[in-house]
Amino acid sequence: MTLNGWLQIGLFIAAVLLLAKPMGSYMTAVFERRKTFLDPVLGPCERALYRGTGVHPEEEMRWTHYTVAMLTFSAATMLLTYIVERVQLWLPLNPQHLANVEPALALNTAISFTTNTNWQSYTPESTMSYLTQMLGLATHNFWSAAVGLALAIAFVRGIARREMKTLGNFWVDLTRGILWILLPISIVFAFALVSQGVVQNMKPYDTVKLLESQKVTGADGKTTTVSTQTIAQGPVASQEAIKMLGTNGGGFFNANSSHPFENPTPLSNFLQMLSIFLIPAGLCITLGQMVRSPKHGWAVLAAMVVLWFAGTLTSYWAEAHANPALRGVDSHSSLAQSGGNMEGKEVRFGIANSALFATVTTDASCGAVNSMHDSFTPLGGMVPMVNILLGEVVFGGVGAGLYGMLVFVVMSVFIAGLMVGRTPEYLGKKIESFDVQMAMLYLLIFPLLILGFSAVTVLMPNLGLSSLANHGPHGFSEILYAYTSATGNNGSAFAGLNANTHWYNYSLATAMFFGRFMMIIPMMAIAGSLAAKKSVPATSGTFPVTTPLFTVLLTGVILIVGALTFFPAVTLGPVLEHLLMRAGQSF
Amino acid sequence: MSTQLKRRSLFDGQIVRRAGVDALVKLSPRTMMKNPVMFVVELGSVLTTVLLFVNAGTHHGHFKFDLQITLWLWFTVLFANFAEAMAEGRGKAQADALRLAKSETTAYVIGKKGVIEEVPSSQLHVGDMVRVVAGQMIPGDGEVVEGVASVDESAITGESAPVIREAGGDRSAVTGGTRVLSDVITIRITSNPGETFLDRMIALVEGAERQKTPNEIALNILLAGLTIIFLLAVVTLQPFALYSGAPQTVFVLISLLVCLIPTTIGGLLSAIGIAGMDRLVQHNVLATSGRAVEAAGDVNTLLLDKTGTITIGNRQAAEFMPAPGVPPNQLADAAQLSSLSDETPEGRSIVILAKEQYNLRGRELGSMNAEFIPFSATTRMSGIEVDGRSIRKGAVDAIANYLQEHGTPMPPEVRGSVEEIARKGGTPLVVTENGRALGVIYLKDVVKGGMKERFDQLRAMGIRTVMITGDNPLTAAAIAREAGVDDFLAEAKPKDKMDLIKREQADGKLVAMTGDGTNDAPALAQADVGVAMNSGTQAAKEAGNMVDLDSNPTKLIEIVAIGKQLLMTRGALTTFSISNDVAKYFAIIPAMFAGVFPVLNALNVMHLHNAESAVLSAVIFNALVIVGLIPLALRGVSYKPMSAAALLQRNLLVYGLGGIVVPFVGIKAIDIVITALHLA
Repeated sequence: MTLNGWLQIGLFIAAVLLLAKPMGSYMTAVFERRKTFLDPVLGPCERALYRGTGVHPEEEMRWTHYTVAMLTFSAATMLLTYIVERVQLWLPLNPQHLANVEPALALNTAISFTTNTNWQSYTPESTMSYLTQMLGLATHNFWSAAVGLALAIAFVRGIARREMKTLGNFWVDLTRGILWILLPISIVFAFALVSQGVVQNMKPYDTVKLLESQKVTGADGKTTTVSTQTIAQGPVASQEAIKMLGTNGGGFFNANSSHPFENPTPLSNFLQMLSIFLIPAGLCITLGQMVRSPKHGWAVLAAMVVLWFAGTLTSYWAEAHANPALRGVDSHSSLAQSGGNMEGKEVRFGIANSALFATVTTDASCGAVNSMHDSFTPLGGMVPMVNILLGEVVFGGVGAGLYGMLVFVVMSVFIAGLMVGRTPEYLGKKIESFDVQMAMLYLLIFPLLILGFSAVTVLMPNLGLSSLANHGPHGFSEILYAYTSATGNNGSAFAGLNANTHWYNYSLATAMFFGRFMMIIPMMAIAGSLAAKKSVPATSGTFPVTTPLFTVLLTGVILIVGALTFFPAVTLGPVLEHLLMRAGQSF
Repeated sequence: MSTQLKRRSLFDGQIVRRAGVDALVKLSPRTMMKNPVMFVVELGSVLTTVLLFVNAGTHHGHFKFDLQITLWLWFTVLFANFAEAMAEGRGKAQADALRLAKSETTAYVIGKKGVIEEVPSSQLHVGDMVRVVAGQMIPGDGEVVEGVASVDESAITGESAPVIREAGGDRSAVTGGTRVLSDVITIRITSNPGETFLDRMIALVEGAERQKTPNEIALNILLAGLTIIFLLAVVTLQPFALYSGAPQTVFVLISLLVCLIPTTIGGLLSAIGIAGMDRLVQHNVLATSGRAVEAAGDVNTLLLDKTGTITIGNRQAAEFMPAPGVPPNQLADAAQLSSLSDETPEGRSIVILAKEQYNLRGRELGSMNAEFIPFSATTRMSGIEVDGRSIRKGAVDAIANYLQEHGTPMPPEVRGSVEEIARKGGTPLVVTENGRALGVIYLKDVVKGGMKERFDQLRAMGIRTVMITGDNPLTAAAIAREAGVDDFLAEAKPKDKMDLIKREQADGKLVAMTGDGTNDAPALAQADVGVAMNSGTQAAKEAGNMVDLDSNPTKLIEIVAIGKQLLMTRGALTTFSISNDVAKYFAIIPAMFAGVFPVLNALNVMHLHNAESAVLSAVIFNALVIVGLIPLALRGVSYKPMSAAALLQRNLLVYGLGGIVVPFVGIKAIDIVITALHLA
């Protein structure tokens, strides 16, 4: 670990915290339908959209109505993407004449992008046409993020409102989220990325002659001489911006943000990481403002920062140390070399920015990668996995992170709230059996999908284990990571696992689908229940949710309730691999 | 009768023996199903028992370990049952004592035409008229319709001093099982057989009709949810173990499961609830439901009657303030004369003050040709007609009206004195003779000692106190200031009280109050916690959700503390139970896999002796911690009034951090012991 590395990490979190308040205040204004500086431009667009679609913006929805509207919207857009994938060969903007996508993969991808997961069982540049990428996938980057935002705002309204049945209007929240927040920032961000060298074109792929021909031995043992290279092109910058901002993470290229056309410079890398945390951090402030307890927002944000720091520290520490098997090799960091474990990392980012990116992208359910998590040291690779296993609540996905975190807040208040001698209250709302029931359902679905699918998969040598590139604990980690990533709607992969098989495509699609929507339903039920409750005024006898102690409590509950479930699995994966590595055994 | 509710030691021999038997009876699956966490443990115990017998024939070398695990799993269930039985046992012992008071007596029912029939007390019905003479037991709950008697209620309240029960007014209710000490009373029976106060009380302390409270239900859902989550973690662990080449035995897997699911709180939850009710009973308060106890912990606003709660019930005459031109001893003389037949403590204090300050001896009214004018609600004055002197005393506005009728004005100096007294929180009584104001008697309200501190504590806990008084706002404000209450409701009529409660509740607050009169009944019913005084009317007792047998309104503060303590105990043990899992993982997971992967011994941070001793130690710790925490569950966590933030900090440190640390120490200690005993 170097001072330079820590300075960059410090700069990053300072920027996140500095932007949280302006971003949060802006989002509060947008969702409370107050005046913003973009109104003159966007106001007419918004009104035209409502007129065109027949939406009555003043109409308020109950939680059931809101949820059904969201599900309908998600289903419709999912179907659109599926169809575009299935017929892309006959549609325009397919200069490479890429074939129609086969059903299992098309379904997996449609679900993946609808659920804000952006798990990619395929190589984008050789599978998806420009039109599919733009119309089928990039649109979802906006929609799924806006859906998350809308749901989070609905939940926050549930906390803020008193004795009300409704949570707002889904269509209005969706529209305003896209028009006021996602679109303008993405446009500015895309130009910034172009300035750093991210490409933006519709050209066919370039073919260039190699400076030196290469002899390549194929799987069949035949050796061929390769003298040209195909360089994929495309409308990358426009998709890259929302990929990060919307915590989607689905790369335009297979190499994702380690590809020089997606993430060319340290500055673009910094901006990409920043944009992942921008909205989730701001939403904490929005929460504080909308529930009229700004300190609560900061207390929640503080818990996220603590957990982020723990992950970054572990990951950076682990990656700064080389595999002990490389005895006798100089792996110290110096001006001449990065040192540590550079396998699977880009030299232009180095260890600090790779470890930080891996932590950030998995804290938030982004899933973009600038280095290969599969190539991290066991503990370095454990960090992304554990980050997702915590429930994607450390910043988390756009909106999804906040509402997930708030379910943990409800749980924390319920477990520890009794200790102040009152039945548990969260910001004046009593937490009663229905709320606990829904929160437990929310918490239950997550390990059910991850552990259930992983257990079934490791028991099937043909369908499950045959996709593995590695054996032993590392192979186990690859499977566990895949279902963790899918259920957590993260989308990053541990690689080393061929997921483009029927079993993996369908099972991962199921995990993504239920990991998103089955968790949203109980979450929204809690929101509806909270909104309908009376609010008990705060006194010195009220459970404090604004103090550092609350932050400690929340962090503890996330770690104990969230992570302990997975302790045995993680022990048999990365922990065992780490201990074996120290004993000189690699996988 | 000496069957009062006596305080029992926590581990009374008789209760422990009975609880031991009950713990076995409670193993019935039908009972266990009500507690999902412990039901899972019981299923696990059954499974390991069956496997133990199935495996007994085969020589696989783990029999000693398997047997011990099986036994300790059963102990875990039994310990939890024992905890619940202990809590119930204390109630049962009290119920037995109460049953003695319920012994059959003969009732003398006044039949039609006034003929007295002898009827067994168990056959009395609502509306029966019963005559009870000195020395007899009152055969059933009822209302005195005729006569006055002193009654020994120690069977119910434990208080040996007799109380007065008389027809009419707020002291007319009598309870079956109490004894008349003097005089004769006629009672109209107000309850049917099996529904008497004593029956209800027995059912309550016995917990026969105990229903889970809302918070208990919510907590049970949490515990059931956690159980399912950990069930998932353990069930899926076997495939992972198979993949890793280290399959586990059912004994070890069930051990892990039982250690992870929240058995500590699961096993003690109902005991905590029962013990909470029991603590109220120890304070001589009966709650009609556990819900009321929980509500007591949540109370935001306490409505406290001034008289008897905040101030000593009786006001004392402190000073005579004569009108201009009136000699002080003339005022004292008139005041004393008018109070001679006034048997209230206030009246007596006036007589005494006159004697002390002006050496005026109390005179025998009988020897004088005097006519006493009693206080009436219409005139709001009392007085005396003696030797041509017409003396009246009363509240200032009543006297002002009286003077106006006589065509004399109230001297401004008298009004000045009245205001001065009111400002000091006193009650002024104006004395007149033959239509002329003589001056004012200053009746002083004495605030009970230590009230200010208690209100400060309540404030720290976030509870607002509101003093309810019939006094005028000026007087009320002065006493409120002296007592340190947050607010007051002056010149309160029953409807004002009701409105105040509704207003507070509309803001989402929970309100507690005490009351005894029939006109308190609607407010008692409306309040979230309504504590009726046992000396109060039947209507009041039925409207409230608690009855204080001691009829001590200050006890409301203790009731709130008991409610809070109950909730805190639940929260503390839940937190403790969940925190325990960290250490148990570190004991069991390395033990499971270090056989195949010796490197995993790095996780054996407690350096437990071997795999079997590690698993066994964790299981034993898990069982013993339930027993170890029974006293805490029954007694409740220690509680001092402080702010929620301070409470949270303290309890998180003790039960959260403690919950993480304690099992590390405990499991290690057990490991040392069982290794020394060659048990593993």
